[in-house]
Amino acid sequence: MDKPIIQITDANFWYGAKQALFDVNVSIMPHQTTAFIGPSGCGKSTLLRCLNRMNDLILGTRVTGRIAFNDHDVNAPDVDVIELRKQIGMVFQKSNPFPKSVFDNVAYGLRIQGMTDKTELEARVVKSLKKAALWEEVKDRLHESALMMSGGQQQRLCIARAIAVEPEIILMDEPCSALDPTATAKIEELIQDLEKDYTIIIVTHNMQQAARCSDYTAFFYLGRLIEFDATNKIFTNPTNKQTEDYVTGRFG
Amino acid sequence: MELHFDQELTQAKDQLLRMASLAEQAVTTAIQGLIQRDDVAAKRVLDGDNQLDLLQKEIDEQCVALIALRQPKARDLRFLIVTMKIAAELERIGDQAVNIANRARLLNREPQLKPFVDIPRMFELTRDMVRTVLDAFVYGKLDVAKQVIPHDDEVDNLEVQLHRELTSFMLEDPQTITRSMNLIGVSHSLERIGDHAVNIAEEVVYLYEGRDIRHETKNA
Repeated sequence: MDKPIIQITDANFWYGAKQALFDVNVSIMPHQTTAFIGPSGCGKSTLLRCLNRMNDLILGTRVTGRIAFNDHDVNAPDVDVIELRKQIGMVFQKSNPFPKSVFDNVAYGLRIQGMTDKTELEARVVKSLKKAALWEEVKDRLHESALMMSGGQQQRLCIARAIAVEPEIILMDEPCSALDPTATAKIEELIQDLEKDYTIIIVTHNMQQAARCSDYTAFFYLGRLIEFDATNKIFTNPTNKQTEDYVTGRFG
Repeated sequence: MELHFDQELTQAKDQLLRMASLAEQAVTTAIQGLIQRDDVAAKRVLDGDNQLDLLQKEIDEQCVALIALRQPKARDLRFLIVTMKIAAELERIGDQAVNIANRARLLNREPQLKPFVDIPRMFELTRDMVRTVLDAFVYGKLDVAKQVIPHDDEVDNLEVQLHRELTSFMLEDPQTITRSMNLIGVSHSLERIGDHAVNIAEEVVYLYEGRDIRHETKNA
């Protein structure tokens, strides 16, 4: 059995005075897709954002407990947050390409990292677009604005942009909620392909999506982790009554 | 709050219980045809089997549609899968009733070979097994479902006992061979009904516990 890539131990989280996570313990295994599910306000997105410290951007938040990425506490004082977010990339609910060309979007992070060699940049951009299953659709329009693309393409572009800097983990917060079923199916296929190279954690309201593309599922309710198990187990025979009620659509 | 989906699940369950009552009726009537030498009853079983077949198809269709349209999970998913499997078991119980009715019609043409002792006993045992497991299915009585499983041995023992007796008849007098073979056929059908009851019990355990206990005793 592999070692977990992320080990969350007794995590608590507050937005000001309001506690949003209570004593959460989860191990995320490498090269697996883990889905966080639960009704709105259950803390799934909050926990996701704790992993690469996106919550630092929100004033008055506080976290306790230990969130270890490859055995190193992400909240330790010596952590370079920029470096952390390079290793733990993120894709958001609404695709957010920069108002630049397709090429420049994908090359953005690489340039910030100081990559200047044109051939190297080009190779990395092509590779990332291929991995994001977008290459065939954009290879002839690399220098057109990314904003000209469809919503599904924009979202895959954001995935390509996240992949370009070669992260270990990709966090996805409701990546398909603004997409039509065809574009959603493409992203889901992509998630299953990407698993070979990355560890993926996806927050989703769509239980079918969690069932279709994750290996493990964590069910949260009111800031607590209620059940964590293999996805197959959660959707066929969950242990906890609350999980059962949620996945069968009887509450939440 | 009851969901529309809950109502649809209840409908599927009601259909299955209808099937169960028809299957039980079929076996009872077939045995009546045999023991009371009642050809009309036996004929009724043959004519009625079609209804069970149609009901099974209806239930399957309903369950498949619900799986496709509702994407059921956890207990709901297990319920629909189990409902289809139990429907198949009930349909086969109906087929056994037909076998018994056919044997009865053949036996009724000849003088009775011997008083019926083991066959009524096997019938009562298997009828109670089927009733009990369906009760367990409806009310979620897991323990009751599990208790049914060992009763199958009693049925098997009765069948062995009857075979032994009929074998001695056949050895003594070849004139009894046809009748003995038909009675052996009846006892084998009843034994199969016991097996179907056990299969249903195993499905009930899967439904309520999510645990697959099939083949456990055989492998142990």
